[in-house]
Amino acid sequence: MPKLKIEDLEKIREQVKRTTALREGSGFRAKVNVHMGTCGIAAGARTIMNALIKELETRDVHDVLLTNSGCAGLCSQEPMVTIEIAGQAPVKYVNLTEKKAQEIFEKHVLGGTIVKEYALGIGSEKTDY
Amino acid sequence: MAEKAKDKTYRLHLMVCAGTGCVSNHSYEIKEALEKEIKKHGLENEVTVVPTGCNGFCERGPILVVQPGNIFYQQMAVKDVPHLVEEHFLKGRPVSKFMYTPPEEKKPVPVLNDIPFFKKQVLIALRNRGLIDPEKIDESIARDGYKALVKALTEMTPDKIITEITLSGLRGRGGAGFPTGLKWQLVRNAASSNGGGKYIVCNGDEGDPGAFMDRSILEADPHAVIEGMVIGAKAIGATAGFVYVRNEYPLAVQRLSIALDQARDYGLLGSDILGTGFDFDIQIKRGAGAFVCGEETALMASIEGRLGEPRPRPPYPAQSGLWGKPTCINNVETWANVPMIINRGAKWYAGIGTETSKGTKVFSLVGKINNTGLVEVPMGISLREIIYDIGGGIPGGKAFKAVQTGGPSGGCIPREKIDLPIDYESLTEAGSMMGSGGMVIMDQDTCMVDIARYFLSFTHEESCGKCTPCREGTKAMLDILTRITAGKGTEEDIGLLQDLALSIKDSALCGLGKTAPNPVLTTLRYFRDEYEAHIRTKKCPAHVCRQLNIYTINPETCVKVGRGCDVCRRNCASDAITGQKNEAHVIDRAKCIKCGVCFDVCNFSAVKVD
Repeated sequence: MPKLKIEDLEKIREQVKRTTALREGSGFRAKVNVHMGTCGIAAGARTIMNALIKELETRDVHDVLLTNSGCAGLCSQEPMVTIEIAGQAPVKYVNLTEKKAQEIFEKHVLGGTIVKEYALGIGSEKTDY
Repeated sequence: MAEKAKDKTYRLHLMVCAGTGCVSNHSYEIKEALEKEIKKHGLENEVTVVPTGCNGFCERGPILVVQPGNIFYQQMAVKDVPHLVEEHFLKGRPVSKFMYTPPEEKKPVPVLNDIPFFKKQVLIALRNRGLIDPEKIDESIARDGYKALVKALTEMTPDKIITEITLSGLRGRGGAGFPTGLKWQLVRNAASSNGGGKYIVCNGDEGDPGAFMDRSILEADPHAVIEGMVIGAKAIGATAGFVYVRNEYPLAVQRLSIALDQARDYGLLGSDILGTGFDFDIQIKRGAGAFVCGEETALMASIEGRLGEPRPRPPYPAQSGLWGKPTCINNVETWANVPMIINRGAKWYAGIGTETSKGTKVFSLVGKINNTGLVEVPMGISLREIIYDIGGGIPGGKAFKAVQTGGPSGGCIPREKIDLPIDYESLTEAGSMMGSGGMVIMDQDTCMVDIARYFLSFTHEESCGKCTPCREGTKAMLDILTRITAGKGTEEDIGLLQDLALSIKDSALCGLGKTAPNPVLTTLRYFRDEYEAHIRTKKCPAHVCRQLNIYTINPETCVKVGRGCDVCRRNCASDAITGQKNEAHVIDRAKCIKCGVCFDVCNFSAVKVD
């Protein structure tokens, strides 16, 4: 290992921060939720998840929380992803493929425009009664 | 592994506590089980497991925190792992049965920050706990490790560094609370004789019963200490440093060694650090477990390879320390604070705490407390907040009686002072001291005379024997205390204890002896009635001193409630109990050896103790 110079230290910091930043919790601008119930996984949700991880990595995005949850109740239209930009109603996307997921990530998560042709609808079921 | 962390983005980071407490509760087995299950579900490219330093909530270990989200899982076992991995990490449903439910609440609290234990804490020295793998320097760097070092080496003169530390108000976290900036100034100003050279020492010889913050810092974030020491070295002009750490802390020694190697590899230690032309390196010296070696002059003697005995001061280490050279000794926690002060400035640090005590202090909570663990709080917080809000109060709904702060050199602070804001001055005024930050909580069932006896037996055992007041004085005090707890104390004993205590305080050679009488003096000051009860009525009010107890059986309860169950008679080792089933049982006082077994085994509270 060659001895570091000050610039090298900064480089390591930037590089590792990218992968560890999500440990520090708050400050997420958007939440991307891949539905990974048995139905979702069987329909290929794992491919979607991996594609999205790759998007975060290659585009160096830190302010988006990628997470998974169980079946959304619409098993026939899996794989599904719910995207929630902070302060906006969540949008559900259905019948996804890797390509569609990438497109949605670029246009909706990064660009802020809902990709209507893949979207099921806006909003969620009522949970507080 | 470092390469892997650098290159790979994971969706989930499972932060497994790998502090000594959780490790002894099998957290490494849990880590392995997690990795195995994750692989089984094909999640190894999405989920990573990261061993971290002590999380602090040791009572609830082994602990697993899931990031992002800060989901706090506690008391995990290997058998829980398959369910957890499938439910949470595969299907995205956090599992509430592994979460923590505070005693007064019904529902579990999923998020770490919402748990009362963590809410009031302010992390400066423990800033990286639970967030980095202490064995990976890159993770420390990502959390701004060595950033302050760059600043100190390139933008600051030694005088500027010292001014910053002085203005921050940082005081020694090892016990006495000497202003750190002033100490550095003294060492910087000291002329080095015979050929020059000055030394930096980190005192990690943590020996107080119940104190484990220095171990935890070395285990969780060794780079914070290393960075602090290099900054200190630049400030005072030292070229070599030592970390004196107890050999009883194998994990701390191991992680520190790894950290030193990594820092050396990166050129953060050694010659020409970061290409700035500054040279400094650090060695580990392992202590052999003598409590007195935490005293700075004894510690230095031990590093030099001599018998670990203190010597009179002056000269202070700042003038004549290791091998006669000016030496700057600070404690682990003090060093860990330094980079944060350089990074964020003296003004920021001085904005936390009280008039005379700035910043935060790490305390270890042990004894009769619900949330045993390690907490970092701003100076000035009240004992009540630490014991009840963070510590979760006393188990079994019992009454709080006293807290022993500062280890065997400290004193017992009674319930009446529970609203005392904690800083160096207030604790000294109450007859105790900050010490390294151990807090032993005691409840109504604790006998204060017995506690004083326990601490005296500790200091007597650990006295190096060099000076008479400590060697003979602690023995004399211990004898009197033992006599009192055995019911053989006399009226004169209290006065004698007081006289002995004050003269040892005045005449002992080092801090160990000078402070050894503190537990006696504070218990005499706040719990004199307990001493008097032991001496005058031969009673131990807490029923701890068994030789003073008288056990009897309430015949009515024994028959009516317990139906003469006979359990006590069968368990009595000295055949002192007579009686048959359905009959009242009786203890023969002449035969009773006061072991208390009958009291412990009676399910009907028929056995009484007076």
